[in-house]
Amino acid sequence: MWRPPVDLLEYKGKQVLARYDVPLHRGREAATVEQAVAAAEAVGYPVAVKAQVKIGGRGKAGGIKIAASPDELREHAASILGMDIRGHTVHELWIQEAAEIASEYYAAVVFDRAAKAPLAMLSTQGGIDIEQVAAEHPEALATIHIDPLVGFRAFHGRRLAYEAGVETDIVRPVAELLATLYEVFAREEATLVEINPLILTPDRRVVALDAKVALDDSALFRHPDNAALEDTSNADPQELMASERGLTYVKLDGDIGIFGNGAGLVMSTLDVVAQAGGAPANFLDAGGGAKAEAIVASVEVILSNPSVKAVLFNVFGGITRCDEVARGLIEAYEILQPSVPFVVRLDGTNDVEARKLLADADLPNVFPEATMDGAAARVVELVRAAEMERSA
Amino acid sequence: MSILVGHDTRLAVAGLTGREGRYHALNNRRYGTQVVAGVTPGKGGQDVDGVPVFDTFRAAVAATGANTAMIFVPPPSAADSILEAEDAGIGTIVAITEGIPAHDELMVYAVLKRNPAVRLVGPNCPGVLSPGKANVGIIPASFFKPGNVGVVSRSGTLTYQIGNELAQSGFGNSTIVGIGGDPVPGSSFVDIIDLFEADPETDLIVMSGEIGGSAEEEAAGYIAAHVTKPVVGYVAGLTAPPGKTMGHAGAIVSGSTGGGQAKVDALEAVGVRVGRTPTQVAEIAVEILDR
Repeated sequence: MWRPPVDLLEYKGKQVLARYDVPLHRGREAATVEQAVAAAEAVGYPVAVKAQVKIGGRGKAGGIKIAASPDELREHAASILGMDIRGHTVHELWIQEAAEIASEYYAAVVFDRAAKAPLAMLSTQGGIDIEQVAAEHPEALATIHIDPLVGFRAFHGRRLAYEAGVETDIVRPVAELLATLYEVFAREEATLVEINPLILTPDRRVVALDAKVALDDSALFRHPDNAALEDTSNADPQELMASERGLTYVKLDGDIGIFGNGAGLVMSTLDVVAQAGGAPANFLDAGGGAKAEAIVASVEVILSNPSVKAVLFNVFGGITRCDEVARGLIEAYEILQPSVPFVVRLDGTNDVEARKLLADADLPNVFPEATMDGAAARVVELVRAAEMERSA
Repeated sequence: MSILVGHDTRLAVAGLTGREGRYHALNNRRYGTQVVAGVTPGKGGQDVDGVPVFDTFRAAVAATGANTAMIFVPPPSAADSILEAEDAGIGTIVAITEGIPAHDELMVYAVLKRNPAVRLVGPNCPGVLSPGKANVGIIPASFFKPGNVGVVSRSGTLTYQIGNELAQSGFGNSTIVGIGGDPVPGSSFVDIIDLFEADPETDLIVMSGEIGGSAEEEAAGYIAAHVTKPVVGYVAGLTAPPGKTMGHAGAIVSGSTGGGQAKVDALEAVGVRVGRTPTQVAEIAVEILDR
């Protein structure tokens, strides 16, 4: 099944860019205040102390500070490490030489799904939310689709630079930088290479002040060096556990655990549960042809979320055999002895056999349902009944 | 008539000698599909349960008149296999393989775009089934029977769910097309709806979409301008929180685009009735067909 792109932290993205000689500021990473002090000594004051999290808006959240002395550095490093930026805990800092900025630009190469082609972009209104620029001043964002068979040619860079209104003396370095970003995008098999801001220094140098690089997870097998750049320090524990078991799991806010096969059917199951008045605790797609072992692993992941008060199995077997799902569920019951009720709807390949297996096993607290809508209504009912019982 | 696959389909399978490829190709043959060749470099001259294997697609086409390819090879070589099928003059390519690198898909799309004679379905899709005629892929054919409803879907299992509910109401399908959930699908809703519009055996079209991307909105625009047959829609993931990816490349709601409600609104604005559950989709289809 398809997996989301691997977002890199700023400094790891810059490690990739450095391989292509993209102009960058000197910097070092640090995970403790002491490491930050040592990094700043090596880089030279003043330095920028930058929170390393995979989410935008770090500056506004107080995650980027300038330090002119070791005392200031200690203060900022201590306050930023451990900070929560919109649900992302800061575990690492990037200590970087402070930049002198004359102008801020925006440059990116992104995978444009609608056009099914890479899209290169440049704006002289950098440093701010580019979506806002695109919405309010679309003329300020120069864009060009690149035919992957032709690649990024010199004229593409020139066209973007002139159309974005870059000052004449730096058209050439900006155009060259765009060509390099495309090279990174294509050769590293990225889905996004974004520099915001790309700055012009007072001495007219073009430097990438920030970097956002996302890599195609499906292509990492061709880039063993990049696989090591992935950061999982902020991953949800259930999501990590699921990914180790080869399952696609997304944690949600509700209390009804969901198991299904096929992304579309699972999404549809979430919707039907919500329409019945329930709140799903997760998305879990066991994929096609899941074996009993994968079912046990799935149940384990679902139940490891303490919010789960009931579980809904909604399976339409194609390659997935319902009898295999039933066997997995029975095995999971033996191993995990769950205390929450399960509602099970199995349709499709070998469904009759599956229903017989479940009937014979006679598991406590397992409720078979014939239809998807019926199963959703039933699981919501069970959660409500459990709530009533607790509050009574 | 049905679309894409039928009695005239002569199927060559890349990856026939692999475990999965063999299993599903022989299943397809059992259903009645003419499986005429396998393609595995280095295994030319062998056979898989009587199906001759060739080293290249060109050799397979020359010897068997294959006109359709099914791609069942692992992700690293899948793009190559698709291009080889195109190079050999095959007109319909169905790519089942999941996990093909996105840049490979981009390149394949850019190449195939230049050849109007070729149609790619997938990758990362369950395939194409014309009930009673031919099955190319992994769709469990026993749930479907011949009929006049064309189904096109981004999700496999959701298709089975909707198709099964239609079958229980007594309706069958002209063709079921899974276009897949990858970033760069070879065929879009628009491409397949266009084929259904022209197909005399299709009286009603069901399109099953999901959050993410803009394929549903594009389909809505196309339907308004070009489609005379009734279309019933579905959009999975209406309640998905923004920023969460749900297993398909498509299935992420980001920013102002890709949201489920916007897709429902776009479809309803052009007269497409959109079911809120798969069951409702089947009910609406039955209601229209019974009129």
